[in-house]
Amino acid sequence: MTNFGKQALAGLRVLLVLTLITGILYPAAVWAVSRLPGLQANAEAVDTTLVAVTREGDGWFFPRPSAATLPASGGSNKGELNEDYTAVIAERRAEVAQREGVAEDLVPQDAVTASASGLDPHISDAYAQLQVSRVARANGLSDDAVRALVAEHTDGRGLGILGEPGVNVTALNRALDETAK
Amino acid sequence: MPSTVAGLLQVGVLVVALAVVYRPFGDYMARVYTSTKHSRVEHAVYRAARVDPDSEQRWGTYAQAVIGFSFVSVVLLIILQRVQSILPFDYGRGTVSPGMAFNTAISFVTNTNWQSYVPESVLGHTVQMVGLTVQNFVSGAVGMAVAVALVRGFTRDQSDRLGNFWVDLTRGTIRILLPVAGVFAVVLVATGVVMSLRSGVTVDGQTVATAPVASQEAIKELGTNGGGVLNANSAHPFENPNGWSNLIEIFLILLIPVCLTRTFGTMVGNRKQGYVLLGVMGVLWSAMLAVIWTAEANGLRPLEGKETRFGIPSSALFADTTTATSTGAVNAMHDSFTGLGGGGTLLNMLFGEMTPGGVGTGLYSILVMAIIAMFLAGLMVGRTPEYLGKKLGKREVTAAAISILAMPTVVLIGAGIAAVVPATQGALNNHGSHGLSEILYAYASASNNNGSAFAGITVTNDWFQASLGVCMALGRFIPIIAVLCLAGSLAKQKKVPATAGTLPTTGPLFATLLTGAIVLVAALTFVPALALGPIAEALL
Repeated sequence: MTNFGKQALAGLRVLLVLTLITGILYPAAVWAVSRLPGLQANAEAVDTTLVAVTREGDGWFFPRPSAATLPASGGSNKGELNEDYTAVIAERRAEVAQREGVAEDLVPQDAVTASASGLDPHISDAYAQLQVSRVARANGLSDDAVRALVAEHTDGRGLGILGEPGVNVTALNRALDETAK
Repeated sequence: MPSTVAGLLQVGVLVVALAVVYRPFGDYMARVYTSTKHSRVEHAVYRAARVDPDSEQRWGTYAQAVIGFSFVSVVLLIILQRVQSILPFDYGRGTVSPGMAFNTAISFVTNTNWQSYVPESVLGHTVQMVGLTVQNFVSGAVGMAVAVALVRGFTRDQSDRLGNFWVDLTRGTIRILLPVAGVFAVVLVATGVVMSLRSGVTVDGQTVATAPVASQEAIKELGTNGGGVLNANSAHPFENPNGWSNLIEIFLILLIPVCLTRTFGTMVGNRKQGYVLLGVMGVLWSAMLAVIWTAEANGLRPLEGKETRFGIPSSALFADTTTATSTGAVNAMHDSFTGLGGGGTLLNMLFGEMTPGGVGTGLYSILVMAIIAMFLAGLMVGRTPEYLGKKLGKREVTAAAISILAMPTVVLIGAGIAAVVPATQGALNNHGSHGLSEILYAYASASNNNGSAFAGITVTNDWFQASLGVCMALGRFIPIIAVLCLAGSLAKQKKVPATAGTLPTTGPLFATLLTGAIVLVAALTFVPALALGPIAEALL
């Protein structure tokens, strides 16, 4: 046999052994450890608030626009000079302004741009505040009561410096479900 | 706290964390590759695979082992995808089409991890774990093995042997990648990363796909692979749920490429040689971070394609890191970046992935560039150049030139053809200069084994699957063969002692020369193409 053939065959044997170690034993071990209490809920995304989907209706907060096709994730991938997409953003802005009864220039960026994942659970505090009155009305709550819920479900930066703060829409809407009951 | 201040402090934390592990981890890796003892597990691997761990290989055999191993890896990965419908946990996703299976197999074996598929609808958990996760490990270990073989070329004196590829591969996998990935996979679960064998979870009435993410996520970053377990990659909250997980992932990406400069310095017996390489890498990484960050902070719609929890600073930091390391994971969509910001990520790849580059690949690429820089310096003063006590003659410089020029050739020919073939019609997501950037980015990403994308481009037709697959293979294996040839020829030489005429390679003069060579080679080859794409867009 040629030297290359010999090396390829040795390669196949090594690959099979390493597949057993890194492709079966390793993920199995990580899976097993993630069954531990404290990790299991994360691992299985139990009642997860890590992702947001739109809940239609005035009684809930809207997350950011999404370019994802569920169950898959994804962004729009539109460049900033893309004129067709600029028109889409203008439409969204008009829609949000009308929905919340405010002037178009008060609509924040995150209300009209699609996130990278299409599942972004957070919105800016500005966008949350914009939605407070509508949500309060629909749920028969005071604006202050809803504002308190927004504050309660605002995530800060990790360690005070990692990432950006945001209001978790999924957690906030679930809190509204509880309060409105 | 203003976002910019928090972002700068975050960069500070990252640098401190890397500085803390730099010496112990770099020296640990040096011991892994120089120790003569085999562990019990490794003995079992060698016995099961029937390879002799104590026989060393000439460069030709070492190269054939690399290519042979990669070849069978591609074949096995294609087979796994083509029989997916009978594998467990496939959730009805069925057989992967031939073009996609070909492209994906090459993509993961070459450490590119370019994704023409949508994981949530195409790949089941078995292919992800038994196929892709394995290549996440071993393709990284292959890169490190080649780098170590090149370093041995410098350290050995009149030897025709470079070491044993099977030993380097196995040790890199078992002693370096596996323990670090194992620990950090669990840490990632603790931050909120998902590790589930189910197909999805119901969130407020809608189904969102899940997967065994954490185990692959850890090695995806640590091995500078970058292929997302889910379509949105590290932008997906199940892969990267918060600022903590984000910083950990960036740290994992940089860990090995950065620390390998210490490994190199330790192995050649002069740590300053490693520091100077790290300095050059750090300067270019920081400069490009400043460009991308500033550009994104001044964009027209900066939050398009970014996650609220990352915002601009953490997205820019991730984008700079992933494109400077041949990783290709993304926590924001580069296609929606500004002309200048997206151009920065593109230029990072076009530097040839050595700032600091992928695991192993970054080290061998910058060493090759150092040889080019010393050759240029030699021409200027009219002396035969030397580097680390080895003369750089015709054979060495030719091998280095082939290694460096392979990537630009493949990128420009590939993108050039793609710009005119009918198959590109309708594949672009944006028009004009940004459309050209999408094409250029795709071929730059494939040929540099990066794997990130201006992802609006639709690359599922046969032309893109085939041509990008070929670019990934050429961009990976031409440099590897050239580097091993170079290593073989260096190892054969007798070491020459440094004299008064030897240009020192530990000082600022050499660092400047090397930085200049990296920038100059990229500029000379890519300025025309960049001018029509991102530069035109930035000026519009």
